[in-house]
Amino acid sequence: MAAPVLEANRLQKVFGGLVAVHDVSFRVPEGGVKAMIGPNGAGKTTVFNLLSGVYPVTSGTFLMGGRRADGRPPHVVAHMGLARTFQNVRLFGNMSVVENVMVGWHRRGRAGFLAAALRLPRARREEAAAREACLEHLARVGLEGWADEDALSLPFGRQRLLEIARALASRPRLLLLDEPAAGLSTREKADLARLVRAICDDGVTILLVDHDMEFVMDISDEVMVLDHGEKIAEGPPRQVQKDERVIAAYLGEEADAPD
Amino acid sequence: MSPRWRVVLWLAFGALVAALPPIIANDYYIGVAVFVGIGAIAAIGLNLLMGYAGQVSLGHAAFMAIGGFTSAILTTRTGVSPWIAMACALLLASAVATLVGIPTLKLRGHYLAMATLGVGMIVTIILTQWDDFTGGTSGLTDIPYLSLAGVPLDNDVKYFYLVWALVALALLLSSNLIRSRVGRALRALHTGEVAAATCGVDIARTKLRVFVLSAALAALAGSLYAHHVHFVNPHNPFDFSFSIQLVVMVVLGGLATLPGSVVGAATVILLGEYLRSLGDFDVLAFGVILALVLIFLPRGIVGGAASLLQARRAAGGAAQES
Repeated sequence: MAAPVLEANRLQKVFGGLVAVHDVSFRVPEGGVKAMIGPNGAGKTTVFNLLSGVYPVTSGTFLMGGRRADGRPPHVVAHMGLARTFQNVRLFGNMSVVENVMVGWHRRGRAGFLAAALRLPRARREEAAAREACLEHLARVGLEGWADEDALSLPFGRQRLLEIARALASRPRLLLLDEPAAGLSTREKADLARLVRAICDDGVTILLVDHDMEFVMDISDEVMVLDHGEKIAEGPPRQVQKDERVIAAYLGEEADAPD
Repeated sequence: MSPRWRVVLWLAFGALVAALPPIIANDYYIGVAVFVGIGAIAAIGLNLLMGYAGQVSLGHAAFMAIGGFTSAILTTRTGVSPWIAMACALLLASAVATLVGIPTLKLRGHYLAMATLGVGMIVTIILTQWDDFTGGTSGLTDIPYLSLAGVPLDNDVKYFYLVWALVALALLLSSNLIRSRVGRALRALHTGEVAAATCGVDIARTKLRVFVLSAALAALAGSLYAHHVHFVNPHNPFDFSFSIQLVVMVVLGGLATLPGSVVGAATVILLGEYLRSLGDFDVLAFGVILALVLIFLPRGIVGGAASLLQARRAAGGAAQES
């Protein structure tokens, strides 16, 4: 069997005296949608920050496509095929919509300082191809008419979509979506669910974090549950929903229990 | 800005530069215009670093000093061609910037500002104390004219055209750069280092490169200065106070607007000339003018003018629609 897109072994993250992630191991097989759920403060976003190289791991390892990826800075992990979005959308505010996507395309380009300053023919060709490709990514998420607007002038829901387009522009093998449905209307959520499935059908493996049970259960092939930094359950959505520890974790925390 | 507008602006800029010496027709002011061009080259480089990449340098005059003194020492002591001396000046400034930048640019925050502040002080001290080599506080004299294709640039009008051709070149290359893959990476890391890094931008390396580029442009300015006044000393315009003036040029003209750096350099240098009649009060007047501009045009002169135009166009568009 081919190596999984991502394999995390006994991840641990300690901030001062706080153990944010404790001994978490999991695999993300190629080609599906996997969700990570759990109450607030369960450590989900911390896991994303570890996987994308934003925080160094305290201990434990993770492999991408069989290659060690822990201990590497974010841009190297990005070059290994990981892209992500952020819980609180992080767009580049001083740029247009399509330019934001073109930053996502960065790792696919080659032009350096000299080629760019001199506008060498190959840099110009690359630039034109990049814009073309990024406009396609915008169309993919339904933002084709917004290319030259200021990124921050978009309504919130569209900013989320723009972040997804930016992540797709790097042609990732694994896409991490951090609460993509938070703050969206019911209709926007339904559109997003279709988009996530479509991206997955294009061959991009997806790992996502969200609070919205209906959304998660709807689109995920597999669900894992974190509570207080530990993995308490993992499996197909139906099975996880019935797990007693999961129900206890949610009921103990807030009334947002799986139905 | 649309490509057509860019061409129009370039033509206007070219025509203005070409026509300026006959219009000014005054040796003193043509000399001042040369200083403006030299300041503009350094300010363009500093704007790439500050305005686009968001990194502050408080010691850019030190790189001008390295440029000016390398040219002065090599041309007066070894008789090497001034152009080769200039190339050495750029290389030396780039090497120093690399040494300063590697440890500091890995860190987030104002470490670069602190480190460059220190480098500025150290360079001034070295130039003052190492007098066998640098002439100490009295400096070095008899720096030769530059010549181009065998023609010595031995008057201010000829030198004006050389300096402003280089300003245009710096503007052109810089504006190409910021509208490219590299420029987007610079602007991205300015607003969000984490997001830029997860997009695959090597933050430390990109910052280091733009820092080295801006140091090289400062060194070019310093070298041009040496061949303009034929005399260098460790202070004016190579010490801390000129580093601050460069920052003022960039902010006053407008962060992240390249033409702003030219306007900023012109404003600071011309104000300095006009306010000289106030004697010791010139610093005070300078401060008041600066404060007023920044209160009423927080994005600088060119940045402010651009947003005013944009607002007017938007208002015009809305009026037509209704």
